[in-house]
Amino acid sequence: MTAVTSSRPTRHAAVPDRTARPLGPRITRVASQVFMIVMTVLWVTPILFALYVALRPIAETNKLGYVSLPHKLTFENFANAWTQSDMWRFFLNSVYVTVPAVLLTLFMASMVAYVVSRLSFRFNIPLLILFTAGNLLPQQVIITPLYRLYLAIHLPEWISGNGLLYNSYAGLIVINVSFQLGFCVFVLSNYMKTVPTDIDEAALLDGASLWTRYWRVTIPLVRPALAALATLLTTWIYNDFFWAITLISTGNKRPITSALANLQGQFVANQNMIAAAALIAAIPTLIVYVLLQKQFIAGLSLGSSKG
Amino acid sequence: MALISTEPLAPAAAAPPRRRRRGLRTLTRRDKIVAALMIGIPLLLDFAFIWFPALASIFLSFTKWTGVGSIKLQSCENFPSAPGIPQPGCLYGVQNYVQAFTNYPDFWPAVRHNAIWLAVFIVIATPLGILFAVILDRGLRGTRFYQSALFLPVMLSLALIGIIWELIYSPNFGLINTIIGHNQNENLIDWLGNPRLNLWALLVEASWRQAPYVMVLYLAGLKAVDPSLREAAVVDGANGWQTFWRVVFPTMRPINIVVLVVTVIESLRAFDLVYITSKGNPLRGLELLSVLVTQNIVGETQRIGFGSTLGVVLLVISLVPISIFLYQAFRREEQR
Repeated sequence: MTAVTSSRPTRHAAVPDRTARPLGPRITRVASQVFMIVMTVLWVTPILFALYVALRPIAETNKLGYVSLPHKLTFENFANAWTQSDMWRFFLNSVYVTVPAVLLTLFMASMVAYVVSRLSFRFNIPLLILFTAGNLLPQQVIITPLYRLYLAIHLPEWISGNGLLYNSYAGLIVINVSFQLGFCVFVLSNYMKTVPTDIDEAALLDGASLWTRYWRVTIPLVRPALAALATLLTTWIYNDFFWAITLISTGNKRPITSALANLQGQFVANQNMIAAAALIAAIPTLIVYVLLQKQFIAGLSLGSSKG
Repeated sequence: MALISTEPLAPAAAAPPRRRRRGLRTLTRRDKIVAALMIGIPLLLDFAFIWFPALASIFLSFTKWTGVGSIKLQSCENFPSAPGIPQPGCLYGVQNYVQAFTNYPDFWPAVRHNAIWLAVFIVIATPLGILFAVILDRGLRGTRFYQSALFLPVMLSLALIGIIWELIYSPNFGLINTIIGHNQNENLIDWLGNPRLNLWALLVEASWRQAPYVMVLYLAGLKAVDPSLREAAVVDGANGWQTFWRVVFPTMRPINIVVLVVTVIESLRAFDLVYITSKGNPLRGLELLSVLVTQNIVGETQRIGFGSTLGVVLLVISLVPISIFLYQAFRREEQR
């Protein structure tokens, strides 16, 4: 990554005797096309291969292997995976966790971002650093104490069946919110700094309270960033594996992504059905991929565009 | 900031860098309370569930605790461990570290595997992603199609990636063994089971996701490079290679750092693929620091102190990329 750090002026780079431009633009273009086609084929192969295996009965692939012409293509594996594991329950768990977590994260992050970007406050930078750094920690750094903390925090029965933060939806929501807050605070505060403050100031002159200026004036202006972040967060929290594996012990309470680990054990004799289950679990992300890819990419770019 | 303005999302692209922020004095008493709450509640969450555990892991790494009973602030030597009588938590000094470094057989393999993971990401996956981005940025025909196709793995969970790649690596039926003719019982290659192969097999899976991730980050950066810079370079006779390395790459310093940080952090976080591939049981050849940490808190015998020690090792390593990122992201703010 440190290959070229010198910023020598380009004039020196173009040494006159460097006459040969070994790859003419045409050859470069053809080579690029070939390279990208090969790579694209390599890249989509695993997914299409999984789909192909999932569409074939186990009896057939046990006899012929996965790389063989199909005698029968059927959705049986998908149907069986869905019914035999009560998969709807895991999807419901994902909804219980993902929806509140995304909304809470965006709500809280936008509050912090607003205060940090609109009020001059001595601790603004340390605050931002604290949130941002928290999001960069590997999850495993905090898991051991967090696990004990979750066992120690008691909740009323109506929130958590077992009376603990551990093994509850609430617990999973809390850690996802806390962990993703940092990234969103970082992105939103940068974004808010690019929004002109004039409207905010006009509202102030009209006597609007801080809350009104945040909720009524600023939030509508940053809606594009919120939409991009919502797409990103939904995908990330839906795809979360680690928190659910470590903080949820009851298989039935796990969201779908982490439940795949259990399904893998349940269907151990039928790899085709495991593939089908995995592809069913991917449907929500595939929907995001097809419909909201732009939003997702915009979210990622917002996160990396600080500089 | 320049980058944001290339996004269709950006509001008023040419927002002047005017930042008239008001002091706290203009706020009413009620506004001050509201502001305090707006910051305070998220901050409390961040402290309670991120920073408190992070600091607690440092403390716990100097203790020995099975999770039964409370931790006594006394040396472990005061509590003779008799069989059958659970020892309370106690201060253990640097013994956990000594154990980890000297006689915990999985520790050094895990460090080595993490280092290999990082090396493959830095040498192969990330440059490949950058190459994708550079090629796509030149406006090749079919760019949008390529980008969408390559991008798909980024949307998928690592658990799912682990599952679908098992079909590729399957010894008897899988794609690779069938193609290379090693799918007979006498010449099977067990890609995911063989301790000398499985790390590399997983690294292919991980790179499959990492490269397009870097591609997307990098494309956003490339799009923001001032085109006149490139034109000037071309006018001066630089070829495409020179233009990229001497002109474009240096101006992309912020994004280069983001990509570097993402690469390092992702390789430290690697966990899901190993867990799903080894079905929850540790598999020889796939020891990683992140996996070892988790092993010490699950199961009957919890070793909270020792698990925290491994967590602290991970923390110390991760502080390097985190500091680099924070320095580059906030350096300018401090100067204002």
